[in-house]
Amino acid sequence: MPGYSRALAVLAALSLVCMALSVSVGSASLSVGDTFAVLTGTGTPIQQTLVLELRLPRTLTGFATGGLLAVAGALMQVLLRNPLADPYVLGLSGGAAVGALLAMMAGVAGAVVSGSAFAGALLATFLVFGLAHGTGSWTPSRLLLTGVVVAAGWGALIALILAMSPARQLPGMLYWLMGDLSPAANPVPGLILLTLVCLLVFPLGRSLNVLARGPMQAAALGVSVRPLEWTIYILASLLTATAVTMAGSVGFVGLVVPHMLRLVLGNDQRLILPACAMAGGSLLVLADTLARVVIAPEQLPVGVITALLGVPTFLYLLYRSR
Amino acid sequence: MNPLQARELVIDIPGRSSGQPLNFTVGPGEIWGVLGPNGVGKTTLLHTLAGLRPPRSGSVHLGGHSLVEWKRRQVSQQLGLVFQDRQDGFPATVLETALIGRHPWLSPWQMESAEDVGKARAALEALDVGQLRDRLVNTLSGGERQRVAIATVLTQSPDTWLLDEPTNHLDLHHQVAVLGLLRARARKGCSVFMCLHDLNLAARWCDHILLLFPGGEACWGESRQMLVPGALERLYGQKLRTAEIDGAPVFVPAGNSDPQSS
Repeated sequence: MPGYSRALAVLAALSLVCMALSVSVGSASLSVGDTFAVLTGTGTPIQQTLVLELRLPRTLTGFATGGLLAVAGALMQVLLRNPLADPYVLGLSGGAAVGALLAMMAGVAGAVVSGSAFAGALLATFLVFGLAHGTGSWTPSRLLLTGVVVAAGWGALIALILAMSPARQLPGMLYWLMGDLSPAANPVPGLILLTLVCLLVFPLGRSLNVLARGPMQAAALGVSVRPLEWTIYILASLLTATAVTMAGSVGFVGLVVPHMLRLVLGNDQRLILPACAMAGGSLLVLADTLARVVIAPEQLPVGVITALLGVPTFLYLLYRSR
Repeated sequence: MNPLQARELVIDIPGRSSGQPLNFTVGPGEIWGVLGPNGVGKTTLLHTLAGLRPPRSGSVHLGGHSLVEWKRRQVSQQLGLVFQDRQDGFPATVLETALIGRHPWLSPWQMESAEDVGKARAALEALDVGQLRDRLVNTLSGGERQRVAIATVLTQSPDTWLLDEPTNHLDLHHQVAVLGLLRARARKGCSVFMCLHDLNLAARWCDHILLLFPGGEACWGESRQMLVPGALERLYGQKLRTAEIDGAPVFVPAGNSDPQSS
């Protein structure tokens, strides 16, 4: 459909602009011309280092994280048929945080923290979906409530870990909790996963559209509901776990981005999911640029900016919902 | 077409004894009406016939093969179901809603073609909701939503139609229009199987009737043999008065002068 290609082209252009902005802006500003020169292989060595080793990886990590979180949020919203679902609200980020903080408290760093966060996110997913499944049926409201309660439990554990940790580790922990892109991770796995998911959701997209009308209706129209639900659930958990592993607990991207896009583009998942990948990436890249310049040369954690955007949006949605 | 058949079918309602097994075939061109009091299992029966719930025992067959042997997608190309209640988590327009009826007919990689959109529009026009096609479904009235749901199954164009109280929320004119449309489908060789609450609509439009009694008994057959006042009074626990208009019986509940019977 021509409208779809146009929307996606606009979003792709927006993504490129945001990334160019993020690479150019910072404590040492580069002109667009300078940035372009570096990317095409010329430019001074200092500019080369600044762009290619510091800013570009951080920008790409931000883009991958935002894209993964937005797609994960959109998938969970279809799964639960509830526009308020989001990896953060369902406690997946909380589980990841507990995993990461425990690793930090044990005094390890780097890949172990990431791996522990990944394990925590998966554990949280199985806990929430397992408990919500329970002995009865798997109703969306029960799943959402279970997620909210479990998230509160993670919150308490996080507070406990913070209280028990040595003071010198607290700043790192707090930055992780607020979502932070400054220890830029390797963006390549995240970007690959994001691309794969966008390709995968196209053939799944129409089934997801039908599933959004309810499982019975979907089954009546030929969708194999249970396998599809498990696919979405595992996919969303994997995306979330990858995202929190890269950037810590960044809230509300998964909530705000899909909702905004649905208002503008409607609810065809074949359009919304790739659009979420690009818009979510752009939003987080922009938020991170803001986080770097608002109180420069100090940096804010990017999660603070997304939460400041996300909380009013969430409240507005709740206020408007019936 | 592959006719829908219930073989020794017992529907599964938790905490209810099994009752009498059902054995019937809904042949091409036939219009079946299911009558019974609230909670007797009419909706469960429809869902079981559509393969959405497993039966307690027995089986449902489509053209000689058990439903479970068919792929879900193949079933949905042959069998459409209009639900009694609909949930809509996300806003969708009327045209988008009707268009999901094409889902069984498209491969995962296909987008809806202009032809599919044409079918959805024609179905909406046939149900007299064509002018609403860009409205959001959740802003429609109950009757309009009911007609959109029927238009969705018309877009799906199955051979066998299962409908759960298709005249719910509809005004008199649209009740007749919807049942007329179903009769037109039946004349083209489709079969129709629907739950109804209105005896008079059943008497006028259905050629076969299935009565589900609260005790688990059931009986089925041609309308004129089933729609007799004695059986219907026992079915609903309600005294009836009968008249005849244009060759079809008309049933009216008797006044509640006798409190025992109401």
